[in-house]
Amino acid sequence: MLLSLQGISKKVGAANWLYEMSLDPVPGSVTVLLGATQAGKTSLMRIMAGLDAPSLGKVSVDSIDVTGMPVRTRNVAMVYQQFINYPSMTVADNIASPLKLRREPNISDRVQELATKLHIEMFLDRYPAELSGGQQQRVALARALAKAAPLILLDEPLVNLDYKLREELREELSQLFAAGDATVVYATTEPSEALLLGGYTAVMDAGELLQYGPTAEVFHFPKSLRVARAFSDPPMNLLSASLQADGVVLKSGAMLNIGALPTSTPDLTLGVRSNALRLRPEPGDLSLTGQVELAEISGSDTFVHLSTSVGELVAQLTGVHFFDLGASLTLHLNPAQVYAFDAKGDLLLAPKQVGAR
Amino acid sequence: MARIDLDIAHAYGANPQRDEDYALLPLKMSFADGGAYALLGPSGCGKTTMLNIMSGLLRPSSGTVKFDGVDLTHASPQARNIAQVFQFPVIYDTMTVAENLAFPLRNRRVPQAQIKQRVGVIAEMLELSAQLDQRAANLSADAKQKISLGRGLVRSDVSAVLFDEPLTVIDPHLKWQLRRKLKQIHHELKLTLIYVTHDQVEALTFAEQVVVMTRGRAVQIGSAEALFERPQHSFVGHFIGSPGMNFLPAAVSGNALTLAGQDLTLNADLKLPNGDLKLGIRPEYLHLVDPGTAGALAAQVTQVQDIGTYVLVTALIGSHLLKARLTPEQPRPRAGEQVWLQVLGAQTCFYKNEELLA
Repeated sequence: MLLSLQGISKKVGAANWLYEMSLDPVPGSVTVLLGATQAGKTSLMRIMAGLDAPSLGKVSVDSIDVTGMPVRTRNVAMVYQQFINYPSMTVADNIASPLKLRREPNISDRVQELATKLHIEMFLDRYPAELSGGQQQRVALARALAKAAPLILLDEPLVNLDYKLREELREELSQLFAAGDATVVYATTEPSEALLLGGYTAVMDAGELLQYGPTAEVFHFPKSLRVARAFSDPPMNLLSASLQADGVVLKSGAMLNIGALPTSTPDLTLGVRSNALRLRPEPGDLSLTGQVELAEISGSDTFVHLSTSVGELVAQLTGVHFFDLGASLTLHLNPAQVYAFDAKGDLLLAPKQVGAR
Repeated sequence: MARIDLDIAHAYGANPQRDEDYALLPLKMSFADGGAYALLGPSGCGKTTMLNIMSGLLRPSSGTVKFDGVDLTHASPQARNIAQVFQFPVIYDTMTVAENLAFPLRNRRVPQAQIKQRVGVIAEMLELSAQLDQRAANLSADAKQKISLGRGLVRSDVSAVLFDEPLTVIDPHLKWQLRRKLKQIHHELKLTLIYVTHDQVEALTFAEQVVVMTRGRAVQIGSAEALFERPQHSFVGHFIGSPGMNFLPAAVSGNALTLAGQDLTLNADLKLPNGDLKLGIRPEYLHLVDPGTAGALAAQVTQVQDIGTYVLVTALIGSHLLKARLTPEQPRPRAGEQVWLQVLGAQTCFYKNEELLA
């Protein structure tokens, strides 16, 4: 199924909800719409689904113009943040409903199969209200899959679940999507969720589509500062710098040799991913000393906030580390891991991906 | 501020018999004056029940709740002198930000000058100073929730401030800043803070002591480091960390450990009981090593994911999937390749009946 949005935009009154954009989600893969709330993800999905028509532009499915065609004539499955099921129907009937509409044979076998896939086969005779949130969302997902639609739209489907459940269900969903041939569009506010889902990512901000490409590629090569900001958690460290004859000079006066840059304007912003800052020095490193403002602990990582003469920095360290508030700390950075953006915010230089092959 | 002592059990139905009948199994716990605590666990684990018993919204079916040694089990929330912050903003839309922040103080007839000073301090901490004169109605959900937090923190004479998942509605980018604010505020104001969440980052960052709960039971109370390095219960290993700890069924006979049909030799100073147990190792400590390394097992790589700041390798040992975390600089294996994983090491944990042995 080839969904194509060509030059679409959405205006509501005088407000631009979506600025002109074109997007062809890769068929048979997952496309993540990544952006903060109000970025336009839901507006864009509603246009994809046919729930809304764009103000301008064209929506086509397999080269047929479907702009303005209502949702019920399209073959689309949708899953929302809220767990939406038919409250008066059992789980089995909920899952069976799209199958019954299409008068399919062997409905009970199909229901059993889908319920097993989503680990809710033991609840088939229960009503949605008797299930936990995670189980209710599994029912909604099973019903969406039962529709066997070539286009599945998921609008932050896991946001209302506990994070451990989110982790589990996200992994199962990735496997289900990989096994099927539907085109999947998945909206999220969380950069880490986009990375875990893989596939392709469209980065959105304030109604604009900023970049679209394979997820890891967009992450490692953000074409602008705006993309880098939207696609980093913790936020990418940004340092203002100026390009001089013998290298790049930070506000602190420290010199950094990052090689030639394709720009003539001297004002730069350097970007440093949190994981590029290390406790252990290596030859050729730039050292940055400051005071610890806070150490945030996620279990797997510790995020250290440091106040330095070149601005506030966040470092991501694997495992649990303790630092006293206000303690002095020096972090080390390999200059080869620095991003550079020009005065307009366009990417000039991105670090090489060393381990990739 | 106060020390809170719980010696309670709670069942929503009458005559609880089995463990499953309890929302909160019998437990004794103390919260020190000025401490920062988190109650962490999945939905249904009993954390909100425990919070509601502390706040007085719920009466425990048995036992006592003491504030500074005084039995307040049957006292109302008002009588306990606590502040509460909920999941969704609770503010007055018609009032300005300053009036909202001042409301809990006005209610208690705090002198005007003192109100002004305190509102100023809290607004400054939460970066609301520029918006003090704005009507709350027109603010974003994030700003409204910041006002709710401010209202919870504005009184300096409360016994404790109880938070029930206060950052749920906040955008991830802002969550970051608010977590930091809360932590700084705790250091500056030294209030007793008790925070309910299902989010490990929030709990581990915010609290000095984290109470990990599952099925009505507190399975470990400890620092972030203890929960990560030495989970006392397999649930803690699973729940803390993303992804959580890997587990492999194993059998011990003397100093031989059998895992998925392969034999390994245990370190001589490791004394484990003979019989079946479970080996646990975190993805962060499951290193790729050379073939045949002592304490390592061969595994088949099934997936290699670039998670941006690290690489996640999924591999199969026997019929068990394990996850290993690599740095972006490390050479990555390919799916389908055989690798060797170091399952025995200083960070390896052993569990019997879900409890940590060694």
